[in-house]
Amino acid sequence: MPRLIRDGSIIDDRWTLVREAACVEDVPRAASIVPLALWLAARDALIARADIGVWLKPDDDPQALAADCPALPLIAVDFPQFTDGRGYSIARLLRERYGFTGELRAIGDVLRDQLYYLAQCGFNAFAVRADRDLEDALKGLADFSDSYQATWARSVPLFRRRTMAPPMRERRAEGAP
Amino acid sequence: MYRYDSYDHRILAERVAQFRDQTERFLTGDLTADEFRPLRLQNGLYIQKYAPMLRISIPYGVLSSLQLRKLAHIGRKYDRGYGHFTTRQNIQFNWPRLEDVPDILAELATVEMHAIQTSGNCVRNITTDHFAGIAGDELVDPRPYAELVRQWAAFHPEFAYLPRKFKIALSGSPIDRAATLVHDIGLHAVKRDHGEVGFRVLVGGGLGRTPMIGHVIREYLPRAEILNYLDAILRVYNRFGRRDNKFKARIKILVKDMTPEIFARHVEAEWEPIRGGPASVPDEEIARLARAFTPPSYERLAGDDAGFRAAIADNRVFGNWVKRNVFPHKVPGYAAVALSLKKTGVPPGDATADQMDAVADLADAYSFGELRVSHEQNLIFADVKQSALLSLWSELKGLGFATPNIGLLTNIVCCPGGDFCSLANAKSIPIAEAIQRRFDDLDYVHDLGDIDLNISGCMNACGHHHVGNIGVLGVDKNGEEWYQVSIGGSQGESASLGKVIGPSFAANDMPDVVARLIDVYVENRHEDERFLDTVRRLGLEPFKERVYAAAH
Repeated sequence: MPRLIRDGSIIDDRWTLVREAACVEDVPRAASIVPLALWLAARDALIARADIGVWLKPDDDPQALAADCPALPLIAVDFPQFTDGRGYSIARLLRERYGFTGELRAIGDVLRDQLYYLAQCGFNAFAVRADRDLEDALKGLADFSDSYQATWARSVPLFRRRTMAPPMRERRAEGAP
Repeated sequence: MYRYDSYDHRILAERVAQFRDQTERFLTGDLTADEFRPLRLQNGLYIQKYAPMLRISIPYGVLSSLQLRKLAHIGRKYDRGYGHFTTRQNIQFNWPRLEDVPDILAELATVEMHAIQTSGNCVRNITTDHFAGIAGDELVDPRPYAELVRQWAAFHPEFAYLPRKFKIALSGSPIDRAATLVHDIGLHAVKRDHGEVGFRVLVGGGLGRTPMIGHVIREYLPRAEILNYLDAILRVYNRFGRRDNKFKARIKILVKDMTPEIFARHVEAEWEPIRGGPASVPDEEIARLARAFTPPSYERLAGDDAGFRAAIADNRVFGNWVKRNVFPHKVPGYAAVALSLKKTGVPPGDATADQMDAVADLADAYSFGELRVSHEQNLIFADVKQSALLSLWSELKGLGFATPNIGLLTNIVCCPGGDFCSLANAKSIPIAEAIQRRFDDLDYVHDLGDIDLNISGCMNACGHHHVGNIGVLGVDKNGEEWYQVSIGGSQGESASLGKVIGPSFAANDMPDVVARLIDVYVENRHEDERFLDTVRRLGLEPFKERVYAAAH
């Protein structure tokens, strides 16, 4: 069984990613992640199953899932290349605007050096590219211990935490800038 | 200036460690060149023609003497003893070894400096007015806001892989000294009747291949909403900006394709749900940042210094320098001084490590240990007592930084060009030098008055040629270097883009071409009319005629 990172651990992946499916009959009986287009076309048939997730392309509109966010167990966002940053905004919209609380999974060209930012934006699962070592990729989640911005992972930006509890100013050598 | 607290130090240390690890993984082959590229670019590292180039961030151009000494040390230890100040108020080193870059970044972190996002498709260094805090025409000191935006931009997780690079500039004054109209986002401070501070928001300006002037999308944004609104703009751009063609990927193309009105509507819709949310900025935070920019301990002086006035009258050469390189200060008895990095024979913006050390000493002695970098690639001492100007001038002369040419034809803005940059189509530094040599009569250059001459070695327009009164663009024709000339560009609050006068020229012809443009101006100018105004009044024709008549 393929493995992936979820909630900071490496686990077995019970979901099948259905990259292409023209109709409901193309969807396996096992837990499946289907393209948005199929979900929208066959929503009535698929919604009865509790083991259906949906994946989005970078140019898909996450608003299309706004009504389904409370019910869907899993949404995946595809990164055709890791340099395509649209999925980061999609993740924040799903989490922060449409209130999605299920598994949010990054799929495609998913690599260690992007994991921290992906997690900040709301992803909690990472289907790291198959040719890469998961143990190694896991380290990417710990690249930083803090962020300046308000994000999904840290909803209170650093400046608000600073003004609530100002840290001790660093005592530095004289002549520091 | 802004000082790091324990949070800033920790985040920066983690960044240095992250990049050290990434560099090691690249060198051992665990990361491919394609995977490493965006990572190194976001740490300022280009692989250039002859060696890597490291671009170090100087946030909004503010530098302490201690930081400048560190840059001098880096120039000496890791480079060939010099650095190049850029049009984005940054500094570049052209000869570091890739293996050394993590160590350089670690050294920079000890003086609260970094190379974060100085390159790559992300939010770049925030720039502002080099007279921030001292200009008499200022409504609001832009530096606390620039620092606020710097922290927002640093490691922003959502916007690290944008369609293309993204540049933000702020101005606290109605007189725009930060070229905000040619930035992806320009923010102009606005003060309302009750003293409330907000910003006018412009988007979609830019130079490069398709130069455009920014559009106002919101006349007044309350200051508390600045980060939410930036998030909204960037999110619209991140989702909808073109990624299929890198020449059409800047936000200006999206704004143009959508129209500014529709773009603004998208932004407003994106902003509405996050408005007033956690990223709205409390007054306490703005006050905290403002405390980092309180004025230095100025002496209480009655007004203009009498000795200084007398020296101007007595010494014409000093007077010329004061006229061009000394600027008014809102505090009586003080002045701002521009150190010209545009001496003929030296690549514009270059300074040696020894010069940097000497400038650091002078900053300590004359300007409270601080200096700024201007987007015209000069250095600024912002807080000099008028009574000390004569002695500062003689020290600067010894360093070669007293060329009295700020705003003049020989104060050429120039990118590194084909001598260093692998993107360039043509060399730019030798062109600048040939023009400077042609105009070596300082009295004549002073008589010509304000003329901006900007040179870029390619379409990427790092030399801001579109907004030069005279703009020169290096182009490649069948493997040869040619130069296209435009006139009538300008920066500032009435920014305009230059128009190309016709077919391009060979390098050797460039001093003559500029000389002929200048001749037309001298023959036609009204009293006290600037070159730019003569061009605006006469149009291109008489200039074209002269230049091309002579060429045939």
